[in-house]
Amino acid sequence: MQSTSHAFKDNARAALANQTLQKAMRHVKTGFIDKRAKARARLPEFDALRDVARDIKNHTLANLDFYLERYEEKVIASGGQVHWAPTAEDAVKAVLDICRRVDARVVTKGKSMISEEIALNQAMERAGLDVVETDLGEYIIQLRKEPPSHIIAPAVHLTKEQVEADFRHHHRELPPERALGEPVQLVAEARQMLRRRFLEADVGITGANFLVAETGTSIIVTNEGNGDLTQTLPRVHIVVASLEKVVPTLEDVSTILRVLARSATGQEFSSYTTFSTGPRRPEDPDGPEEYHVILLDNGRSNMLGGQFQDMLRCIRCGACMNHCPVYHAVGGHAYGWVYPGPMGAVLTPNLIGVDEAGHLPNASTFCGRCEAVCPMRIPLPKMMRHWREREFERHLTPATVRSGLALWAFFARRPKLYRFATGLQARLLGRLGRAAGRFDALPFARGWTRHRDFPAPEGRTFQQLWAERQKGGRR
Amino acid sequence: MAEERPRVGLFVTCLVDMMRPSVGFAAVKLLEDAGCSVEVPEAQTCCGQPAYNSGDRADARALAEQTIRAFEGFDYVVAPSGSCAAMLKEHYPALFDADPALKAKAEDLAGRTWELTAFLTDARGMTAVNSDFSGKITYHDSCSGLRELGVKAQPRRLLQSIPGVELTEMTEAEVCCGFGGTFCVKYPEISNKIVTAKADFILASGADTLLAGDLGCLMNMAGKLQRRGSAIQVRHVAEVLAGMTDQPAIGEPSGGEPARRRA
Repeated sequence: MQSTSHAFKDNARAALANQTLQKAMRHVKTGFIDKRAKARARLPEFDALRDVARDIKNHTLANLDFYLERYEEKVIASGGQVHWAPTAEDAVKAVLDICRRVDARVVTKGKSMISEEIALNQAMERAGLDVVETDLGEYIIQLRKEPPSHIIAPAVHLTKEQVEADFRHHHRELPPERALGEPVQLVAEARQMLRRRFLEADVGITGANFLVAETGTSIIVTNEGNGDLTQTLPRVHIVVASLEKVVPTLEDVSTILRVLARSATGQEFSSYTTFSTGPRRPEDPDGPEEYHVILLDNGRSNMLGGQFQDMLRCIRCGACMNHCPVYHAVGGHAYGWVYPGPMGAVLTPNLIGVDEAGHLPNASTFCGRCEAVCPMRIPLPKMMRHWREREFERHLTPATVRSGLALWAFFARRPKLYRFATGLQARLLGRLGRAAGRFDALPFARGWTRHRDFPAPEGRTFQQLWAERQKGGRR
Repeated sequence: MAEERPRVGLFVTCLVDMMRPSVGFAAVKLLEDAGCSVEVPEAQTCCGQPAYNSGDRADARALAEQTIRAFEGFDYVVAPSGSCAAMLKEHYPALFDADPALKAKAEDLAGRTWELTAFLTDARGMTAVNSDFSGKITYHDSCSGLRELGVKAQPRRLLQSIPGVELTEMTEAEVCCGFGGTFCVKYPEISNKIVTAKADFILASGADTLLAGDLGCLMNMAGKLQRRGSAIQVRHVAEVLAGMTDQPAIGEPSGGEPARRRA
């Protein structure tokens, strides 16, 4: 998709002024956080499992070439095909080639962030295919022609009133007087509309939460069952997945699954955990005739062995954004590309460049809550700081920030001069602010005083007063 | 004897030094009450966090080196700030990955560095303070102290030893106030949104006093509360623990009704 990450500030301002969005975002703050906390409390070994999960992924990433080759062998052995896609364009082309070869008209899709990353829907529509998102949230935003605003809850930025209005607008064939005020009614209607499409589909596309090297299996975790219908009913099943999704064994998957759903939705397990290994075998009652895996790199192999390798441990649970005060304030669309929140702040510059996405790693208070809840113990703030370092090195940091920093550092690196300057400043501001105790406007801190008062300093610095006290003077 | 009367170097922090020296004196009193002798090295300025978090590693390293030198030889280094203490403790060593000699010194400093309330309780075994403060207090857990240093129970334990103190917890005490150092001026609208939510919770707690262990967060929250006309008194936890609350609270005038001033 076309990025607007460079316009993060404008996006954020618009999001803050959007009252409907602000109303919808309140649910993120309350829902996910409590549920995760309760799920964690019910599993005493949760934090120990996080360490094990981290180690599994670290081991895999250190031997990624080995496990990917092993995975490919197993997929082929089970009758499937692997298509290596170095870039988004390669991945899109691989999907379109398959669709063309099997003469597909209708394509159903399970939820997949990789398909967002490679802008697959747009490409398929341009190729004349009828593309149907089958995850409820994805279905809603497809109707609205919007990108997802959250990696596991794509329509979390919407209120149920907005969804009702969209359904009434798009489902013209249904009786206008029908009741649609309750979420359960919206779900039932989407299900009714989608049922026919599942049966019509020639190709089903899903993502993958895991690729298992020892068996050549792709795994999806879902709550609606739409993924299963997407991958079993059509003639052809295409998995689009990025290469860091591979893990060595089914045992490893079981371990990581124990932290995934708990971190994401607070469930012990998602409703469906579906394993796909190759196409339908002669003895199978159902399943696709063809099974393809598009293995996407798109910049990830550049992250191996560098400052951002840890990011490749991410299992896309969404806990970081669920706990992020900045994400709560502005929502996912403000981030301007596919991946929002703290994980997006680290990953997006890796995938589309820091020149375009430089704001994202800066728009963080470094409160550390993302790292504290990450099931894979990814040091997100540290990696955001690495991006800031690269921006600083390349002079991408705004000139005002740079010159302010240089002036401050000039003084801070010279303690005597610093003491003199801070003494003057404290005295000046202290005298000006003494009567009121604070300032409601300061010319050099408008960003601050536009929204809050600035406290006046007491008037002397601690160092001055301490020196006097040491000389026997009174405070 | 170091163990009997340890030498503590006070890392004042740049904000306390310039904005609110009374916090520094409250820290000195608490440290002396805990049986320490306190010194304040003149060569300290700022821990370097503004540079470090802006990606300016050269200046961050220079300030870290300056701080490491200034605090050589002390048994402990104590800061009335979780954020600055975490900078010394958790971040300095990695700044010198390419320089083993300095890295060793940074690690040595990190091992001696403490946040004030954690030092008093965990290192000195202090269980009660001598303070005649009375009021209904709510406590904000500043992010770095909480998540990088595990400061949570320590200030509350000490506050509860004061007979006149009633502690009432706000909702989301552990959620960021939106200060974030330079964040609050780089992204003022987002910062405002976050501190507005924080102020709502502080007001809903029914407390008459807001405390925290970091002056940056306190200035942010005080500024927002006062902009909204709230009379809640905002102070650094050290002031209350030391019983040194003669100074007007943060942002409050020396006497009489507040009158707005422009500079």
